[in-house]
Amino acid sequence: MKHSDRIILDSKQFDLTIKRLSHQLIENYNDFSNTIIIGLQPRGTFLAKRIQEELHSINKDYSIQLGALDVTFYRDDYRRQGDPLVPNETEMNFEIENKNVILVDDVLFTGRTIRSGLDAMLSFGRPSKVELMVLINRRYERHLPIQADYIGKNVHSVVSERVKVTWKETDGNDEVTLYTPDNE
Amino acid sequence: MSKLSVEHLLGIKHLQKEDLELIFSTADNFKQVINRPIKKVPSLRDITIANLFFENSTRTKLSFELAEKRLSADIINFSSANSSVKKGETLIDTVNNILSMKVDMVVMRHPNPGAAEFLSKHVDAKIVNAGDGAHEHPTQALLDAFSIREKYGDVNGKNVVIVGDILHSRVALSNIFCLQKLGANVKVCGPLTLIPKHIKTLGVEVVTNLKEALKWCDVAMMLRIQLERQDMKFFPSLREYSMLYGLDKQLLDSLDKQITVMHPGPINRGVEITSDVADSKQSIILNQVENGVAVRMAVLYLLAGKKE
Repeated sequence: MKHSDRIILDSKQFDLTIKRLSHQLIENYNDFSNTIIIGLQPRGTFLAKRIQEELHSINKDYSIQLGALDVTFYRDDYRRQGDPLVPNETEMNFEIENKNVILVDDVLFTGRTIRSGLDAMLSFGRPSKVELMVLINRRYERHLPIQADYIGKNVHSVVSERVKVTWKETDGNDEVTLYTPDNE
Repeated sequence: MSKLSVEHLLGIKHLQKEDLELIFSTADNFKQVINRPIKKVPSLRDITIANLFFENSTRTKLSFELAEKRLSADIINFSSANSSVKKGETLIDTVNNILSMKVDMVVMRHPNPGAAEFLSKHVDAKIVNAGDGAHEHPTQALLDAFSIREKYGDVNGKNVVIVGDILHSRVALSNIFCLQKLGANVKVCGPLTLIPKHIKTLGVEVVTNLKEALKWCDVAMMLRIQLERQDMKFFPSLREYSMLYGLDKQLLDSLDKQITVMHPGPINRGVEITSDVADSKQSIILNQVENGVAVRMAVLYLLAGKKE
């Protein structure tokens, strides 16, 4: 870690944040029988899984269905930025028609990924309500009128900075750092 | 790797193994897309594609058209039967006229081998070869290999025999290149009159006894007898051909293992394959057709998205 790097959430705060987000959901939904949670590939799926597990550990009756959605083919930067991205797997083994959907991603920045995510999700049907949950909300740099309903943490940052979310599952520890990349 | 090593899809010969794997993994995602309630993605919405068919086609043409529509591309169709080609216009003139209507990609089938390659050198658009004479039919080979991969998990190490009219078949040549690049063992089987003279230089063994070939293989790819390309008699009669090289249920059941039967279509039922085999559980002919759309979507998506 360089001097300029700043930890926004350490593993303890990270854990608390996930617990808080889960309780916020319980507050709003009571019962999750008609609700599904969809993580955006690749990194939103980790948060979605954690929330699902946390809800289940709070109350065994809260078994909420989980999906993973890839947005590659719905992106608006195809042919505009470098070569095509390699798509990830989509796992949507349920109907979303008339369901409440909680769309989950790790970082909300320009809002373009969420826009693609909404399009991708709607190609599976017409949900009755959609809410957005993000771990990190980077303010001031939105390109589209999209806001999250559940926010782990708000971050005030400049465009040149990057937010890095690491997960126990793949990176060994839960942490969010803000850093300035070299040569950009 | 997220890009192809080529600018056009002219033949499997020019592709690397990595290209094939990239096309397959992308096709996996598209296969998932075409099984959704809404089977369309917006990726190619600012692309216009011309489908130029200078030779008859049902499956390939419909499959390409559907793939293009599923990707939201705008398309124009052209077939030579009722066009100015009949008035003597050259290929380059025809295509350049079409391109001046702001077309980005061309999918072309042509009776002359090398037509796609020729076009790629003279016009400014991405070219996808949808079959050029008896030369190559790359998307067919891709969908065949994709179907084998889907059935067995991997193409590597599989034994594949291609049976029938190898001489007039672009499907055979593309499949030989494709399957070998993916590590499969390929043999061809048919009457010697329908086997090209120098096929052994491609590392392909020739078998003339169908039963022997079937005993060896995991997958049998039955080809159509292309009567329209045969300007002389290559075998005494269809009946004789069918008796020696046709696959029927009795022959299939006499093998001590379950092989997979494929056919690129259109089928001459009762000639190279009987109806009960074509419609049996061992046949993946209709899976091939479904996979064709996904594979073509992958090819178009990867070519169109490639930066110049």
